[in-house]
Amino acid sequence: MNDKQKIIIGLIIFFAVFTFPFWYNHGAASSAPEPLLTDKAKEAKHCVRDADFMRKEHMQLLDGWRDRTVRDAQRVYEIDGKEYMASLSSTCMECHSNKADFCDKCHEYTSVDPYCWDCHTYPKEKK
Amino acid sequence: MEKNRRSFLKFAGVSVLGLGSLSLLDGLASEDAIASSGQASADATYKKTANALTAKRWGMVIDTRKLNGRICRKIEKVCHQTHNVPHHEEKKHEIKWIWETHYKHVFPEKQDEFLVDRLKELPIPVLCNHCENPPCVQVCPTQATFQRADGIVLMDFHRCIGCRFCMAACPYGSRSFNFRDPRADNAIKNENKEFPTRMKGVVEKCNFCAERLAVGKQPACVEVSKGALVFGDLSDPNSGVRKLLKENYAIRRKQNLGTNPSVYYLV
Repeated sequence: MNDKQKIIIGLIIFFAVFTFPFWYNHGAASSAPEPLLTDKAKEAKHCVRDADFMRKEHMQLLDGWRDRTVRDAQRVYEIDGKEYMASLSSTCMECHSNKADFCDKCHEYTSVDPYCWDCHTYPKEKK
Repeated sequence: MEKNRRSFLKFAGVSVLGLGSLSLLDGLASEDAIASSGQASADATYKKTANALTAKRWGMVIDTRKLNGRICRKIEKVCHQTHNVPHHEEKKHEIKWIWETHYKHVFPEKQDEFLVDRLKELPIPVLCNHCENPPCVQVCPTQATFQRADGIVLMDFHRCIGCRFCMAACPYGSRSFNFRDPRADNAIKNENKEFPTRMKGVVEKCNFCAERLAVGKQPACVEVSKGALVFGDLSDPNSGVRKLLKENYAIRRKQNLGTNPSVYYLV
């Protein structure tokens, strides 16, 4: 161990560089955004499914809606005796007409980039 | 410790068995998870809309005797308006769902030296033929184009990867490719909010107004055609289209190819 000093200095530099992203971003993390409900969504109280399900599995639900509507021509989603048109642009956006505050906020935070809006329309938002 | 070949092989065999069963258990556990998540949504069902128009095989009869230029342009306009079909000035980028052309292009194999005068200059609308044996469906690598149980050959734009095999396969040129972003350059005027647009890089074509049939409406082109276009169930002998076909001689496009088109022309 003739090069003990050099090795230790090298190790310190390595760990400093290696952990750089951790301490550089320390404390910079913003809290998870809370999706904003419109008055209409608040009034309805109940979404197609309960809030917990929607939070975790809205993407699977929308995938199901998409496939059944396009491929099987089954456009009605029935649950608990209630019927909904399986439509993102009409059914979802009717209550959640605030795309920027409802959809985009969380999608940006979690860095997901769904391509729904490349084709589907959403309501114009008042600034 | 003394290790001979025999004990080494024994040890290795038991280890492999142990590790193998671990991954097996993992697999079983995840299958359980899949089954239970499926169960959670088992109480939800899908069904057709109550007022949806249904048929065993949708088809169309185009009566060229009732056609004129004005009706043809109206048909094209209402279709492209309803489905947010973009209008590009550049001919190469053109998107068409239904458009008018002449007899010699509609029926190139039925060229006669002495064709009846009426048909020489008459504008005739052409669209996807919704073939019973569609070549576009056979070549699509992602099943983005598929045939519904009611005979409609439909595009699932979500799945289209823009390979354009379908365009090469379609003998009628019924398909268009979005070389440009359809939302750019104000190519869609008065966007219909009820129907999505497409994105750059997907193929599109006539969908026999599947979205209108679902809510009990006739196709948009039929509604404005003043009786020149008739839409109905080809498998029902009492339907309007079958009655027309019973009483009139009808021809179809490139019948010799064996695609069995669902669009008939009365000439």
